[in-house]
Amino acid sequence: MKFRDYYETLGVERTATVDDIKRAYRKLARKFHPDVSKEKDAEARFKEIGEAYAVLKDPEKRAAYDEVGQQWKGGQDFTPPPGWDAGFEFSGGDAKGGERADFSDFFESLFGRAGAEPRQRRHATQAPGDDHHAKVLVELGDAYTGAKRSLSLRMPTQGDDGRVAMRERTLEVTIPKGIREGRHLRLKGQGGAGYGGGPPGDLYLEVAFAPHRLYRVEGADVTIDLPLAPWEAEIGASVRVPTPAGDVELAVPPHSSGGRKLRIKGRGIPGNLPGDFYAVVTIALPRADTDTTRDAYRAFAQAFDFDPRGSLRG
Amino acid sequence: MDPRNPRPSGEFVVEVDYSLTLVELCRASDASESDVRAWIEEGALAPKGRRPDEWRFAASSLARARTAARLARDFEIDARAIALVLDLMEEISRLRAGLR
Repeated sequence: MKFRDYYETLGVERTATVDDIKRAYRKLARKFHPDVSKEKDAEARFKEIGEAYAVLKDPEKRAAYDEVGQQWKGGQDFTPPPGWDAGFEFSGGDAKGGERADFSDFFESLFGRAGAEPRQRRHATQAPGDDHHAKVLVELGDAYTGAKRSLSLRMPTQGDDGRVAMRERTLEVTIPKGIREGRHLRLKGQGGAGYGGGPPGDLYLEVAFAPHRLYRVEGADVTIDLPLAPWEAEIGASVRVPTPAGDVELAVPPHSSGGRKLRIKGRGIPGNLPGDFYAVVTIALPRADTDTTRDAYRAFAQAFDFDPRGSLRG
Repeated sequence: MDPRNPRPSGEFVVEVDYSLTLVELCRASDASESDVRAWIEEGALAPKGRRPDEWRFAASSLARARTAARLARDFEIDARAIALVLDLMEEISRLRAGLR
């Protein structure tokens, strides 16, 4: 286990005030929060930032961390000194501000699981189990036809002795036709075990589409870029366009300039309100690298009285 | 089968078009009831039904509620800001889908 330098993670001095730490955390959170960030390693970075903040914003945890931290530098091998936390009693505090259950082993070795999860419920009475969440990645084509997926999940389950152990389970799940990205499929009663004999929680599977080489998806609408030769775009043409439900013959109307959206109604993701399929025109220029083809372009130029930059002048 | 535990493996009934009560939504999104009420007040969520005990949230609103809960926790921002951020995020995702 490596020692984690929480001050370095947040980019603050060891003498930083609580306000400095808050500011540093918020700035980094805006940059790396998985909901708003486009950074590649956003999720991992945000976890580190949240963990550092959970410790440094809390005076008790920070004092304990500082005391241990005097002897280590970030990245060094770390084992907590025996009985180091005898003098501290962590009150947990509220759950706001990056507090989450999946902190590092390093954090847990210092503060224990309870430190990471102040909301951990101790049910004396009967109560439903926790809901569990997982992501399921499906192909866009599956949304058109429906599909079966086999998922492997690791789930805490309660044994006869009342102890909770992680167990691998495999779920056969039917991805229904017409599913949209971001929807949560619900598997009733397949979440965490109930407390005190209560019913189990539910399992939610959040659907995400695997990125596709050709298509992009917004809600139920599916879009493709459609390359056309200049003469197809200008004179009009009938072209074959691939859709996730198979090829369709698309009539390109004359004068279809680049960026024009051609709609094929109802050919998006199916459903009660099926989405539409859009082909966005892009103009593909044939390469002129022989005398014949260069002459063809010259003849082309002579045939028109065309000023492509006319719109740039007032 | 052990009633305390979910079935370890096999085939399951998958629900797509379900609706959630306030209690169910709170559990599934890890949000407090007072947070959810505030988000509704700001128009960030729109359940069917008049009184809180009649509220039914569409399955499609769960993603929004979960995002709201994460934003509220990780950015320590209030309901008014949550509603604004959710709208802007939706706008960005719409614009991104149009680009490439």
